[in-house]
Amino acid sequence: MSQDVNSRLTGDFYTAPFGPRLEPDGDTLVLNMGPQHPATHGVLRVVVELDGEYIRRAEPVLGYIHRMHEKMGEVKTWVQYLPNMGRVDYLHALAWNWAYVGAVEKLMGIEVPPRAEYIRVITCELNRINSHLLWWGAYLLDLGAFTPILYAFADREHIMDILQMVTGSRLTYCYYRFGGVSGDVNDEFIRRTREFVADFKKRLPMYRALVTDNIILRGRCEDIGVLTPEMARRYGATGPVLRGSGVAYDVRRAEPYSIYDRLDFDIPTGRKGDVMDRYEVRMAELDQCLRIVEQALDALPTGAHIHPDLPERFIPPKGEVYYAVEGARGKIGVYLLSDGGPKPYRVKLRSPGFSNLSLFAELAQGTLLADAVSILGSLDLVIPEIDR
Amino acid sequence: MSMKRLFQNIKGLWSLLVGLKVTGGELIKPWLTVHYPRQEVENLSSYRGHIELVPATDDPLTPRCIMCWKCVEICPSRCISLRMHATGEAGVAAADDPGLLLAPEVKSPYSAHLAPPPDKIERILDSYRLNYSLCSLCGLCVQICPVDAIRFSRNAYLVGTTRQSFELDLLARLKSQAASARGAAPTQPQGA
Amino acid sequence: MTAQLLELLSHPLGQMITALAAIMVFMAVNGMALQYAERKVAGFIQRRPGPYEVGPHGLLQPFADAGKLISKQLVAPLGADRLLFWIAPLVSVAPVVVCFLPIPFSPLLTGMNINLGLLLILAFSGLNTLALCLAGWGSNNKYSLLGAARAVAQSVAYEIPLLLSVLAVAFQVGSLDLAAIAASQTQGLLSWNVLVQPLAFIIFFISGIAETNRAPFDLPEAESELTAGFHTEYSGMCFGIFFLAEYSYMVVVCAVATALFLGGWDGPVFPGPWWFLAKTFALIFAMMWFRWTFPRVRFDQLLNICWKWLIPLGLANLVATAAIVKWVQ
Repeated sequence: MSQDVNSRLTGDFYTAPFGPRLEPDGDTLVLNMGPQHPATHGVLRVVVELDGEYIRRAEPVLGYIHRMHEKMGEVKTWVQYLPNMGRVDYLHALAWNWAYVGAVEKLMGIEVPPRAEYIRVITCELNRINSHLLWWGAYLLDLGAFTPILYAFADREHIMDILQMVTGSRLTYCYYRFGGVSGDVNDEFIRRTREFVADFKKRLPMYRALVTDNIILRGRCEDIGVLTPEMARRYGATGPVLRGSGVAYDVRRAEPYSIYDRLDFDIPTGRKGDVMDRYEVRMAELDQCLRIVEQALDALPTGAHIHPDLPERFIPPKGEVYYAVEGARGKIGVYLLSDGGPKPYRVKLRSPGFSNLSLFAELAQGTLLADAVSILGSLDLVIPEIDR
Repeated sequence: MSMKRLFQNIKGLWSLLVGLKVTGGELIKPWLTVHYPRQEVENLSSYRGHIELVPATDDPLTPRCIMCWKCVEICPSRCISLRMHATGEAGVAAADDPGLLLAPEVKSPYSAHLAPPPDKIERILDSYRLNYSLCSLCGLCVQICPVDAIRFSRNAYLVGTTRQSFELDLLARLKSQAASARGAAPTQPQGA
Repeated sequence: MTAQLLELLSHPLGQMITALAAIMVFMAVNGMALQYAERKVAGFIQRRPGPYEVGPHGLLQPFADAGKLISKQLVAPLGADRLLFWIAPLVSVAPVVVCFLPIPFSPLLTGMNINLGLLLILAFSGLNTLALCLAGWGSNNKYSLLGAARAVAQSVAYEIPLLLSVLAVAFQVGSLDLAAIAASQTQGLLSWNVLVQPLAFIIFFISGIAETNRAPFDLPEAESELTAGFHTEYSGMCFGIFFLAEYSYMVVVCAVATALFLGGWDGPVFPGPWWFLAKTFALIFAMMWFRWTFPRVRFDQLLNICWKWLIPLGLANLVATAAIVKWVQ
């Protein structure tokens, strides 16, 4: 009876390559993590083959939250595609906003008023802090520390309050518009942002004392999942994952857009490329984000928040454009092809999470199951962004 | 080497105590959470809820809407639907299609606050419905409206158990808002 | 009639049955109280109120939870070994009742005065490992199996330093009777074993946390890796019983630590049992505090802590204690 039942539960298309046929000794366990699993943060599925607790092979399975964002771009007008951008990566929605808006602006040659550029920088960097904080909490949840995520949320709450003042929403922002931003910032916003920056600087030592310096965390992170720069390049990894391996590639510096070339900030990099380096890079980026926000607030010019003379209908000329921005997870690229019609002919979104996830299979090989969870968390994956 | 490792381990144990000190310190601090039924959040003034109609300056019962259909057209999820009829020189005509009735000319949505030129035919809004369950709150309709006839409501506590409860009749909402404002207005001087 | 009843109760068997009944009541109340306390501690550490809606300050929350757990359907997974699956929660909870018997809440308030009380507790608490093993094996679930494998390795490893630290105290006092050990520390704060044997206390407490599968050593139920470990497939009251057993083991470990190291019922003003309970629950609070502060260690690190640190230190402590005891004699 029991044998009968187990023979019926043999798996599916994705577990088939892990069958005993291919494993001569057959003494392994195929474990299906996800799509509903606490460590996958969303509907990611990872099929792992375990030898004891060691992972022989790991295979991510995608597509559980595929929403056809790229296809949606082809059936909506240029403007109507804007709210989609907040939903691709809900944690750093403003970077995606920016990538699409920037691409259309580049294609149409729309000039953005300087005030709008500064507002974009401030809000985008605040959003980046927000995203890193959530990653921090969720990653520690993966490692079994339950409390930090609530401390992170207490700080996120302030950022969300600030962003709500200008964008009106708290998560899936749709704030940037072709030629500017949808609403101007007021003095209250500036005051509260400055207040937040000062408060958050005081919170960071607490984060370090509670988590970063903790010996248990260091034991779980150091020398785990070492990603060489060569391997990171091979998979096209970007963002903190690449920078953790010591490659100082940041779109804000490498291909400066907007006003980033006028701002003074460092690109933190790691040395070894292990999980701890990726962790430290993100924590150091929090500092840099605060620096950028402070500088942008100091230099915020007066003027219009949106280009005053915009066409009623946005119909870009024939042509193609690629525009990349630095998101919290890496390089966000938007490729647009216009046939001169009211709708894009083709939209291609380059999500950093997709490349970052693809190296997981190689990185997790031979590690312990607990380390694989730690590595998966350190890649900072947002599954809706990967599936799009 | 081994002495160094020993030292590192002792430092590690110390880090555990530091962590305990942090959480212990937070333990005695007051709560940060807002207890919803007893307390409410204070930042609703910047909240963007579903859209609502703005009344005309002279009459709180009629909407400012000029029925130009721009909001319906730009909405990415097509959640706004309008019905109107017109009376005028051409006689009475009813339609839900802007093609039948010429929409007023407006230059640019971003050069806003320009009132449309007075029209020969008079338009009357019959219904302005919003299917809020489709709305993605992008704010494009508010931005494109040439006469600022739409704004965001502060209705953060909108709940419902059926899909129909999110199909909002904004014209009825405007009327009830006007009625409650009128009901509240006379009582205020008496109270003061 | 009353005299007969008293005689019946004073018979060792009658005394034991009374004690067992009292222990079960204590366990049930304790399980609910600790569950409430744990959620409140977690809440306060995380700057939120914890359970708050059921009753004043959420005091009735444990009853609501108990009602929910009891009324839920018990589901056995397809292909599970039903006998082992259903027996595992009972195997988990039954020995813990016995473990409470020799704990001396005061010189008079002891379930059963046996001079091998410590040995009894150590022997019966080892049975919990078997329960986790059965639960993991019987569930026909890979996560449960991995959780059970971890639980067995962990429990077996950590029993050794636990024993070593207990032995050091037993050498010093010359008795395995918990009441006698506690009675030897009633000459004020300085006579407490925690000051005489600080290393043994630390080893005992760390091993105790590991034995009860509490964070940061909660590997058998590490939810980010194994969803819920050995009790992934358990629903309703079967899960509730595992839960109850876990909290009861916590009390046992902390009570034994109190008797061995913190002077048992020793304390001014209030009667002995209150002091005993206060010390026990202070230790439990420390366990909760650890849980809501630290990340989880990895499995090999867990065993490294045991084999590379606790066992050598425990052995050294034991040898030193033995030498000093011999020298003093």
